[in-house]
Amino acid sequence: MIKDFKYFAPKTLKEALTLLDKYRDENKVIAGGQSLLILMRHGLVAPEYLINIKGISELDYIKSDVKEGLKIGALTTHRTIEKSPVMKNGYSVLAEMEQKLASIQTRNWGTIGGNLCHADPAGDPMPVLIALKATLKIASSNGERTMAAEDFCLDYFETALEPDELLTEIQIPPVPPYTGTAYTKFNIIENDTPTVGVAVSITLASKDGNCQDARIVLGAAAPKPIRAQKAEEILRGKKLTDSLLKEAGEIASTECEPISDIHASAEYRQELVRVLVKRVAKEALDRAQQY
Amino acid sequence: MSEELRLTVNGQPYQIYVKPKTLLVEVLRKHLGLTGTKRSCDSGSCGACTVVLNGMAVKSCSILALQADGAEVITIEGLANGDKLHPLQRAFLDYGAYQCGFCTAGMLASAKAFLDENPNPTEQQIRECIDGNICRCTGYNSIIRAITAVVNGDYKEEK
Repeated sequence: MIKDFKYFAPKTLKEALTLLDKYRDENKVIAGGQSLLILMRHGLVAPEYLINIKGISELDYIKSDVKEGLKIGALTTHRTIEKSPVMKNGYSVLAEMEQKLASIQTRNWGTIGGNLCHADPAGDPMPVLIALKATLKIASSNGERTMAAEDFCLDYFETALEPDELLTEIQIPPVPPYTGTAYTKFNIIENDTPTVGVAVSITLASKDGNCQDARIVLGAAAPKPIRAQKAEEILRGKKLTDSLLKEAGEIASTECEPISDIHASAEYRQELVRVLVKRVAKEALDRAQQY
Repeated sequence: MSEELRLTVNGQPYQIYVKPKTLLVEVLRKHLGLTGTKRSCDSGSCGACTVVLNGMAVKSCSILALQADGAEVITIEGLANGDKLHPLQRAFLDYGAYQCGFCTAGMLASAKAFLDENPNPTEQQIRECIDGNICRCTGYNSIIRAITAVVNGDYKEEK
């Protein structure tokens, strides 16, 4: 049973920030609510004040610019991102991830910002955004700040947002030449949350050149999405061979710290990381070479 | 404290007062008596409560009613035009695309929203359009066949 709360539906960002400032500790923000309402129904979250930001249309946009990259308003729905033609300009991995994020109904109503702020370590968007070196724009009534996407999640369902802050925009820089990014998740039911999700981005020095930069991001393999930095390190500067990618998978599986739950044991998740990193890195490499 | 909610359901405008915690499915079933929409898993997993909101399939158990303020909702009761069934409804009947019928209202809402958006889908896309709807009688194949028949033009809208 959902506990009663006082409800606000601001229509502008400014109004929302004023409310957040006023009700700092007792508030909860709802966007699409596709995750939050489940928690509220189970009594795990019982806010005194619920601030519905879903109606703030100024935070629902996708802007694409050759120099500045991609800017996505926090209230853009998963389905809008998935269907946006702009994603073809180097961000198709985002559209692919969104298409398998959940059922159509959930993607129609749920927002990317809501997903990120829910901070489920098994969320799909965050690993992909970290791989794409995204930055998050955060606003409060005192001003704005930005932070790297990888610094946003602190722990299970915990973010770096202060109680009076709102995530407003996701910024993804232009994709460098000879870069390929891929994301794959393992799950029992198609379009369900991942048992383990892996995003890999690889930048080559030239079409057949050595690896210039690599990001390997693991979802549902730790209390928050994490980068497998030791595995990334062994790829940099090298010619990427199958055996090197296999080694990266082995190293990544030692860097993660998964838990056991009803979906999988910790050992099984580690094994998935080992296999998926190798596989997804290969796909990212193929894409980088086809650039 | 109740809040005012205005929404249009199946073409009919409503103005009602609800507690903020009221879910859209509760407004449809309890306040408006439109019990064709089913409430089942109550956790956004099964899709039985799917309705069409502003042209999109959504799960009415996972939306606060007040979030639908100003919206246009279509439920299973609004699919038919008077006593003329919607092409999807006729196809579902002909192809036996239901057994117990509990998932049917949600299946039809998903299929309607999807075909309105994409009238010429591939079979794979048809399968994907109902992947948020669970049928525990496992009658999926007949549902796919019924939607495919509508896509193929075997069922026109009756005037």
